[in-house]
Order: sequence, then structure tokens, then C-alpha cells
Amino acid sequence: MGRQRVAKRPRSRNRAQTLIGYLFSSGYGVLLLVFGVLPMAYALYLSLTKAGQFVGLDNFVKILGDFRFFPAVQHVAIFVAIWVVSLIVLVVVLALIVHAVRVRWLSSTTRFLFYIPGAFAGSAGVMLWLFLLDPSVSPVSVVLGQFGFTSFIQTVAQPNLPVIFTVIAFWTGAGGWIIIMFGALNNISQEIMEAARIDGAGPIKTAWYIQIPLLRKWIAYMAVISLAFGSQLFVEPKILSLASRGVVPKDYSLNQLAYLIAFGPQGDFNGSAAISILLLVVAMALAAFFVFKGGLFERD
Amino acid sequence: MSAQHHRLPRIRRAMSLTAAAATVVLLAAGCSGGTGTDDSYGFPAVEQVPDSPITIWVDADRTAIVEAFQEDHPEIPVNIETYDGNSGGSDSFHTKISLFDQAGEGWPDVVWSTQVNDASWAAREQNGVQAFAAALDQGVIDQEWLDGYTANALDPVTVDGHVYGVRDNLAPVVFWYNKALFDEFGYEIPETWEDYQALGDKLAAEHPGYILGSIGDPFTAVLTNMWSAQAPIYTVDGDTFSADFSDDHTTRMIDLMDHMFANGTLAIEGLFTADFPAAYKDKVLGIPGPTWFTGAIIQNPDILDAPAGTWGAGYPLHWEGEDIATGNVGGGFWYGSSHSKNLEAVGAFLQYAVSGPRSVELITGLPAYESTASEWLDVQASSGYWANSDTFKDVVSTGASNIWQGWGATLAFSSEPAWAEIVAPALASGGTIASVVDEWQTKYENDAQVNGYTVK
Repeated sequence: MGRQRVAKRPRSRNRAQTLIGYLFSSGYGVLLLVFGVLPMAYALYLSLTKAGQFVGLDNFVKILGDFRFFPAVQHVAIFVAIWVVSLIVLVVVLALIVHAVRVRWLSSTTRFLFYIPGAFAGSAGVMLWLFLLDPSVSPVSVVLGQFGFTSFIQTVAQPNLPVIFTVIAFWTGAGGWIIIMFGALNNISQEIMEAARIDGAGPIKTAWYIQIPLLRKWIAYMAVISLAFGSQLFVEPKILSLASRGVVPKDYSLNQLAYLIAFGPQGDFNGSAAISILLLVVAMALAAFFVFKGGLFERD
Repeated sequence: MSAQHHRLPRIRRAMSLTAAAATVVLLAAGCSGGTGTDDSYGFPAVEQVPDSPITIWVDADRTAIVEAFQEDHPEIPVNIETYDGNSGGSDSFHTKISLFDQAGEGWPDVVWSTQVNDASWAAREQNGVQAFAAALDQGVIDQEWLDGYTANALDPVTVDGHVYGVRDNLAPVVFWYNKALFDEFGYEIPETWEDYQALGDKLAAEHPGYILGSIGDPFTAVLTNMWSAQAPIYTVDGDTFSADFSDDHTTRMIDLMDHMFANGTLAIEGLFTADFPAAYKDKVLGIPGPTWFTGAIIQNPDILDAPAGTWGAGYPLHWEGEDIATGNVGGGFWYGSSHSKNLEAVGAFLQYAVSGPRSVELITGLPAYESTASEWLDVQASSGYWANSDTFKDVVSTGASNIWQGWGATLAFSSEPAWAEIVAPALASGGTIASVVDEWQTKYENDAQVNGYTVK
């Protein structure tokens, strides 16, 4: 920007740049419109109508009265709380450790290893976990035995599920975040780190007073994305439900319930849309909290 | 009108209709024969295109009968599409049809489903779109042919007095037993549930490790045991649902299962898990189960793999002093699409699938169509496989004609998830069935309520 002003190039160059900017973002814009905004608008329309007639909030009232709704909210809330907190803490700690490793090959190897599980598609990752969680075939059945789990049904009992989903999600998702945090740590200027060291700060104090505050935006970003991901919990419980022959209920998470209401015995697209709108509102509110608290839109 | 009020009457109507189905269809059947009025199929069919191809959705097991149809009827072009057969409560049939309804196109012409209660949605208008399933008894198929069904076999697909699907097989529960083991141990085949429980005590004491069944699956614990015990826990009367867990049929069966689970004669492993054959391949003395256990469990090389002459079928277990009554596990139905452009071909296929020349050979389990069933039973009895060749046919027929009608087989929600979600985990962690009966009942009542029934 500054350079342009100095160079005082003719306006045509400026316009060309603007055009290219639009061109670059148009791909995203179009896809966002077609697969994000329009479906959202359609869901909003569905949630306020029934068979084409405007019915106000009836669909919402009906959903709130459904006995499966609040348990599903509770399941998702517990999972998201456990997951987002443990993700933030562990990812930051691991990134700091990897960043502090001075042996080059060790650092790059660890980053690579962290990243590998992320290469599995969500469902493939869950399939792998099915084996790990079934004491009769699991290579870590000893560990499961320590917790008193001798059968798959016991392992996937409902109270254990938020932790199980956290472990699975962490395993598939954390590696990518560690690498992003690692990159962010590299961006912290050497001078600041140097100054901290001269002032006598050890690795822990440097991390607490220098690195973590400077990572604030990245952490907020991770929280927003993870919240959106976590509140849409679907694949993991769906596959566990099939694999456990129903011990994990088909309506465990909110997204599953929305799916079930649309495609189950009730065939109610409008009620299903109402759930997704509620989910959208809650996820947006939480995201807004992190965006503003984390200063994501502030310029440096 | 609120959304809720909009929905309820339709569902209620559905319920009363299916419940009254048996009588209505039998009465209607007598006098309706070929009502080809203006509307030649009795519903708003699209313009028919003779010789247009039909698309058939079928699961892997049933593909053979479709291929046989292609061979025998080369004049009818058929596209086969394999899907999961709607099995295990996957609801894929309903899911896909709902999406086609939204899109207004794309429906298959014929669909196979292993679930029993699809007519609860397929036979009625959904989200303003005409019912997917075509009524078959007003021109698609001759009434005379439909009359060839075993009594009550078409109840689950009879709505408003019209038939919306054809049934592939019946699955009455009988008592399967390992005759070789019974002879070796010197035991007598149980006839009543009381005998069965007493035999369990004896077996646990004399031959620990052997079993008399499994309650690891909802279809064994609920559909086989609770239904056969005539437990009124899943009952529909018009639009009213009731679950009576204090009835003595209910409590006696729950006590029996708790008792036999505690002494180890009922296994917790599901029949189709790898654990079951690993632990019990040669240790199953007997097991109550539906007729499809023949191929799926007893002869299945991955499960019991029993040699010829060792296993037999015993009369359905019942309570002492009461009449024989038994449960039913599944069935399997073919549905024709009301959106099809070639309903003549659809009708031809549906009849071929359940009563055609290859049906005896290709239907697994007891065929629902009477003439096919009779032939199938003759084949089974004369195969020399069953230890009771002489009584096999009578045993299975007795089961088929004594299915307890008090079970809400056509309810829009399934009776099985409650067992998997609530009872199985309780048993796995050392609890009893009796200890979670309240939760079980609440689950049914909640399910009934969200599906539009009045809970009594």
C-alpha cells in the first residue's frame, strides 16, 4: 500500500489490482453464497413455515418440546466445553514445546507425526478408533482394562462419550493446529525474545508473558473454528451408533437429531431446519464472543 | 393451525388404519376384485410409458432374485441399484425418498426394505407430496393373486384398506435346538417358558458354559422374547400407545431373562458379533429365534455352522397353561413407486419376486406367499438337514399362524433402540433389566409422544 503511494502509479494499475483482488476472492464468494448463505436462508424459510404456510415460531416451540432436544444440547455442550478447553491448552503447550526444541530434525519429525492423523478423513479416523475402543480387539486393551472396561458396550457408555469424542477429535485435528501455532510462534520477532532472555525470563516466563499474549488472535481463531466444528458433532456419534448397534443413540448430538427429525419417522424438514437455525444462532454468538475478546478483527 | 396440530390427525389416522387393517383388507378383498375405474390404478399415476425401464433398489442379498427376473423377462429393462436395504434401522429408504420428494423427481420404481413399518410413512402423503408407495390392489396387481398370501402377512402394509407393498418372508419365532447336545446331556426339549427356565438352571449346574440363547441384540431380547411372552409393552390401539410394564407377562419374562443372564445361560454377546461364535460356536444348546435363523445363524459358516442332522426346530415356547403365541422378527417387503412410468412392469416384478419360479430357491427364511411357503417348507423338510424332518413343516407353520397380534408391529417408531440404549449398557455394567424398567418405559412413551400418539 505504502509503496503504491510512493510510486504514484497511474490509476489503471490500481484498478487492475482491485480487479484481481475481486477475482481471487470471487471463487470463495460464490461458493460461500451457494453452499453457505443460500442454504442458511432456505433453512430460515423452512423453520418459519409449514407446508409453505408461515407459522411463526411454531416449529421452534415444537422442537423445544421434543424430549430428545435438551439431552442432545447437553451432550454437545459438554463435548464442546471439554474439547475446546483441552484443545487450546494442549495445542499451545505442545506448540511451545516443539518450538523450543532446538534439534532441527527432531522438531520437524514431531511436527510431521502430529500432522499425520489429520490426513485421515473424519469417518476413516473413527473406524480406526472403533478398533482401539473395543477391548476384545484393541491393541491397548490393557489401558481400557485399567478403567474397568471389558466390553465395547462399557467403553462407549454414554457418560464416557464426550471424552471419547474429545480424544478422537484431538487426535485428528490437533496436529494441524500445532503446526499453525508453530508458524505463529516463528513470527514473533527474535528481538522481543532476545530482550526477554536478557531480562532474565526463562522458557516458562517467556511463554506466559511474551508468546501466549502474542498468540492471542491465533488462539481465538482456533476457538472459533473448533466451536463451529464441535457444535456440529455428527460423524463420530453416527458411526459409533452403527458400530455399537444402538448403544450410542441415533439422536445423541443436535445435528443427528436434526437429521433424524427430517429423515426419521416424522419426516419433518421444518422442525429440522429449526434446530439448525438454533445451532447457528448459538454458534454465531459464541464465535462473536471469541472474535471480539480475541481481537480477531483488530489491526496491529 | 399450529404445526403440531397440523400433523397429528394424519398420524393418528394412520394408526387406526393399520390397526384395523386385518379385518378391513379381508372384507374389502372379497368384493373389490379389479376396480379399474377412470383412474386405472386408484391413485394419480403419471402418464405410463410402456416398455420404459424400471429401477429397482435392492440389498446385496436380494440382488439374485432381480437378476433372475432379468433372465426370465428380458422384455422388461431393469436397472439394479444396490443399497443397504434399509437394514439395522438405517432409515436410508425414508431418507432418500424424502429428498426425492423435495426435488420432485428421481424416485426408483421398486424398493426392497427389511423393515416392517415403512408403510407408516410410505403409504401416506409426506410434506405435501403424494405417498411414495403405490396402492397395489386397484389395478397394479390382481386381487386374486394378493389373496394367495398367508393370513395377516400383509397387515403391516395395509393402510386404509389398501395394500401398499408385498411381503417377502415371515419370521415367526420358534425354538431352535441342538438335538445332538440334548441327546448327549439327556435333556428334554422345553415346551414352555417355565420348562426353558428350569432347563437353564439344570444346564448352568451340570454344564456351565453352555447357553440357551442370547439377549445381546434387541431383536432377540425384545422381538423374540418380549413379543413371544405377549408382553403388552408396545401396544397401539387407534392413536393410543400404551406400555404396560407391570403386566405379569412382562414381569415374568423380565425375571426370566434376569435369572438366566445371572446364571450364564443367556449370553450378552450379539449373535452377529465376532465374540459370539468365538465363545459359543459349539455351546448353544438351544435358542428361541425367527425362521431366518436357519440360514443366517445355524447354517451360517461364520456363526454356528452346524452339520446336517444336529439341529431341529421346536414349537414356539409359551407360558404354561396359555395358548401358543409367538413373536416375529422382521419380514422384508417390496414397494412399488406411485411415481413409476411403468406400473405394469412394477406389478410383474413384485409378483415374480415373491411367487415366481425362482422364489423358493432365492427367498431366505419362510416365504410369506402361501404357495411359495408350502414349497419352501417341503424343500426344507426333505433336505435331510433338520433333525426333525417329520415335524419341521408343522412347527414352522404353527409359528406362522400364531404370531401374537398385540405387538404394535406397525408403530412409526421402533421397539429396539430402547433396549440397545438403556438395557444393554445396564447389563454390561452388572445391572439387571428390572432395575431399568422405568427408563425403558419412559423411552417408549417419549417416542410415542413425539410421533403423535396419545400415551395412555
